[in-house]
Amino acid sequence: MSTNGMESWAVDLKDIGAIYPFQGSEVVMVIIGLVFWIGWHVLQTRHENAEIEADMAADRSGEETRKAIDRH
Amino acid sequence: MEGNLNALTTIFTEFYYWVTIVMMFLIHVGFCMYEVGVSRRRNHLKTLMKNAMAIPLVTITFYFFGWWIYFGFPNGPGIAGGLVTAPFAESWNPLMGTHLSGVNPGETGVTPTDAALWHRLNGVFWGAFLLFSITTASIISGSIIERARSGAFWIVAVLVGSVLWILDASWGWHPQGWMVKLWGYHDAYASGVVHAIAGGAALAFLIVLGPRIGKFKPDGTPRDIPPHNVWLVTIGLFLIFTGFWGFYAACNIPLISPATIAGQITGETWTATNIYLAPTTLSAITFNFLMSLSGGMLAGYIVSKGDPFWTFSMGLCGIISASAGNDLYHPIQALLIGAIVPTICYKLHYFVERRFKIDDAVGAVAVHGYGGFLGVVVAGFMLWGQPSSPYEGFAHVNPLGNFAGAVLMFVLGFVPTFVVSKILNSMNLLRVPAKVELEGVDFALNHAFDASVREVGTAEKAMIK
Repeated sequence: MSTNGMESWAVDLKDIGAIYPFQGSEVVMVIIGLVFWIGWHVLQTRHENAEIEADMAADRSGEETRKAIDRH
Repeated sequence: MEGNLNALTTIFTEFYYWVTIVMMFLIHVGFCMYEVGVSRRRNHLKTLMKNAMAIPLVTITFYFFGWWIYFGFPNGPGIAGGLVTAPFAESWNPLMGTHLSGVNPGETGVTPTDAALWHRLNGVFWGAFLLFSITTASIISGSIIERARSGAFWIVAVLVGSVLWILDASWGWHPQGWMVKLWGYHDAYASGVVHAIAGGAALAFLIVLGPRIGKFKPDGTPRDIPPHNVWLVTIGLFLIFTGFWGFYAACNIPLISPATIAGQITGETWTATNIYLAPTTLSAITFNFLMSLSGGMLAGYIVSKGDPFWTFSMGLCGIISASAGNDLYHPIQALLIGAIVPTICYKLHYFVERRFKIDDAVGAVAVHGYGGFLGVVVAGFMLWGQPSSPYEGFAHVNPLGNFAGAVLMFVLGFVPTFVVSKILNSMNLLRVPAKVELEGVDFALNHAFDASVREVGTAEKAMIK
């Protein structure tokens, strides 16, 4: 038993195809990958919105902003 | 013997593309340094991460669907034929992973022919094309710094890097692309398919985004916003030049026999070819790469009166403007094209800035967009009547075909990006509010950094006896 079907290298390589684990589940893996990608954008947007809200509430006097501008 | 020769050729080709991928990564090191150098101190970190995160995002989406688009769409579809089946490029195909060329029992979607060809080449071809994809997306990144939301850029990066550019590559940068077949389109080192489309997309994003606060005086006159670190900018551009060697090499097939091409070439002389499988040599592109770079830098130094930013940028523009025909030009032709086109682009940059109030922080629209567009147009004249392909029945290179192609590339970048930018803008996801722009987009990060420095400093000082 092995996760990729290979239990020994006593084989002719021309007879061997894919050697990654869990062959046959490629479609499921792609779907998981797509969910990961879209989920990342959703989480990133939430994070960026929260950060912008915090920045909007900060430095009411504008003092730190003036210092930052002076630093170019 | 024939079997061993084929195996050696395949493994050489695999290694060749692998090396180009490593070299092309330098383009992105350069882009990051360049953008950070141009941005002001209060925007460094977000500028760096905005560009850097395009790498993983375009990578995964190019794996999911970008690679398949290249092989599926050379006919349009609907212009020169239908959708082309390309199972080896589908993200769920076993050849999109570690594979040793046989066909395992129950392995669906893999034919012995596909397995023999693609088991060693799929990953490295995919990687080389991917680095073009990331480059195309990154070009937009620099122009929008200091006020665009990172999330907006990353959505556009996926659109341009994993959909638009690879679609135009399928049409005009593929041995069987419909633009090559029907129009005689010639763009060997991607003036149009990478640079013009990226420039078009950057311009669309900039139009919707608007200029940085303070860029224009109340009377509309543009102000100069100097890079905070010119040295970092120039080192970044040097690295982009260096990475471009990999870009050029990756545009070639390094070694192929006439029998494998199966076109009109007779005899048994093996050769390197461009992406259209028409013969060229690495030597030819080395001459022309360096001469067009030199033309751009020499012209840039004079036109900008020795300004480092524009001297280096025009060197890059020199390469881009000669790239469409750099497989076939004489080195002196590459030199002159590399000098003249960037000079026009430099003038256009300032004209568009003044006239239309476009704030392109790094001149990306000029260097890549106008440079790439004009480079394709010039190649149409310079290579007029030459065969565009080794295959029978393809249109020859001609000015009209390349002009139409250049327009198509620019528009294909511009229109979808404009639409997506408008949608993002309507959802308040395109640009940071004015207050945040003035504070600097790194405000929270800088605050946390300063607080940590103060806290640890106080703790350490308290321990001094």
